[in-house]
Amino acid sequence: MVKQGVDPDPLTQPFWEAANARRLVIQNCTFCDRLQHPPAPVCGQCRSGDNLEWKPMSGRGTIYNYCVVYDCPIRSLQEDQPFNLAVIMLDEDQDIQMYSHLPGTPVDDVPVGAAVQVVFEATANGQLVPEWQVAG
Amino acid sequence: MTTQNAPESMYRSREGLGVWEHRGKVAAVGIGHSPTARRWDGRPETSVGANSILALRRAIADAGVSPDQVDGLVVVPVTTTGAHWPADTPVPTDVVNAYNPTEDPLDGIGQLSAEWLIKNMPELTNVKFTMYAPGCMSAAIVVAAQAVGDGLTNTCLVLKGWHNLEGRYNHGGASAVETLAGSAALGPGRTLWGPPGCFGTALQFAEYCRKYGKNHDMMAPFMQNSRRNGLLFPEGYWAQHRPEDLTPEDYLNARWIAKPANLFDNDIPIMVSAAYLFTTADRAQDMAQKPVYILGHASSRGSARSLTPTLQEVEDETDSTGRKIFEAAGITAADLSFENMYDGFAEFHHLHVEGLGYRGMKRGDALDFYQTDITIEGPNPILPSGGNIGGGRSRFWMHTDCMQQIQGRAGARSVTGVKPEIAVSGGPMPMGGNFTVWSSTPG
Repeated sequence: MVKQGVDPDPLTQPFWEAANARRLVIQNCTFCDRLQHPPAPVCGQCRSGDNLEWKPMSGRGTIYNYCVVYDCPIRSLQEDQPFNLAVIMLDEDQDIQMYSHLPGTPVDDVPVGAAVQVVFEATANGQLVPEWQVAG
Repeated sequence: MTTQNAPESMYRSREGLGVWEHRGKVAAVGIGHSPTARRWDGRPETSVGANSILALRRAIADAGVSPDQVDGLVVVPVTTTGAHWPADTPVPTDVVNAYNPTEDPLDGIGQLSAEWLIKNMPELTNVKFTMYAPGCMSAAIVVAAQAVGDGLTNTCLVLKGWHNLEGRYNHGGASAVETLAGSAALGPGRTLWGPPGCFGTALQFAEYCRKYGKNHDMMAPFMQNSRRNGLLFPEGYWAQHRPEDLTPEDYLNARWIAKPANLFDNDIPIMVSAAYLFTTADRAQDMAQKPVYILGHASSRGSARSLTPTLQEVEDETDSTGRKIFEAAGITAADLSFENMYDGFAEFHHLHVEGLGYRGMKRGDALDFYQTDITIEGPNPILPSGGNIGGGRSRFWMHTDCMQQIQGRAGARSVTGVKPEIAVSGGPMPMGGNFTVWSSTPG
């Protein structure tokens, strides 16, 4: 599945630059010691943007939940329907979620609770994006 | 007159605020609806502006007041079902010129301002208070109730209109471009991964089923009952255009959108407007319809920690909402004659209902409850309005139904297994919405 291209904006540029280097980083408030994703201009807890950094992650997580998408609004993904769309919980903080198409996992045969490892896929314009595969 | 968004202070979004200070002192009296349509046909007389004027005039007439007695107007300015006027398509001048326009040519076509409505309803000569309630009718109702209670307006119209244009829901715009901005790519919302609108709710439903040992088939009686009630709602889309029962087989054989959510678990976007007339309990005594007293209102303002709310986050938020509703109204769940919580997505209605503790329900009970008698004839009615599933996406059938049931004019849809005395309605989302308790008496 080839996802739409990505045009990094100022808020998310560090995330996308790290992805192109095959590294996963997540926004972190050093004052609250709290991760947040998706990125935001301020910390969701202290509401300040002064203490936000991009923190390297291990690239390990767990499948929290999933659906099978049969009717996707995004034109460029429709030829790949049906496809898995899972929510991954990061090992560093299980309340932090990332989406995944779970490349390599058969449709609707998703092992909820299984460990996953980040991989990086090229989008339509070459920007790399984090994806997740079942570990081992 | 400049119209502002309602300040957050008008919403009761925290626990511990006590009984609503205007409990039983504000009443709904008049109700008006436009006809429904699947999509706009491009004619001036069927635009969202025209539908809204019609609904407002019907609400005024229904209440038996003269238009010059109306002194307030609360409007939801956003009217889209998900479709926006295409940027490269000229605005139809015949429609614009059929009305008194404002500076925005899409006013009355793809949005509604208070200014446009007043310009096009010359009979409203005495409106001194206008306010916007962003969101849906549930927000407009609590803002209007608060405004009447606070004395900002005495006789207030409350309006929500919807426009639905050509094209598939959310398939244009960002969904059709080759490249997304970095923030939009990561979400929340559409994102690179392509979640349909119902994805978050379907996720919660999947987790609910795993947690409590339930399954999607158990939704069928609820869906059948909602369509049945919707077909008894003459103002609704399915009753007006597609009077078809929904059998369990129809429901269970429908195509998936985001499994475990199928086509019927999503409501159908439509064109429709509704208006209500609110006033003080004292003033309501002189009007044409039986007053429906507002005992309280409450709002939820939940937020997910990350991309999409977890089941636990939703359960915590709807539990809190239930407590706020009962605290504001000074009642308990045992006082509810029936419930009309939001359902558009069908797969979260049970989360609202469990949050209320309706009929003693605990977490994990609702789908079993759906297998019992939940009809309007029984002692435990579920969503007698039929909701969005039974009437199309208006997000106001449940409010209209509460009023009509308590006024004794719900017709063939009247609840007969309970006496309609106190009811709750509201929504939309379990993580964010506005809720109202209605009563046949001031309390």
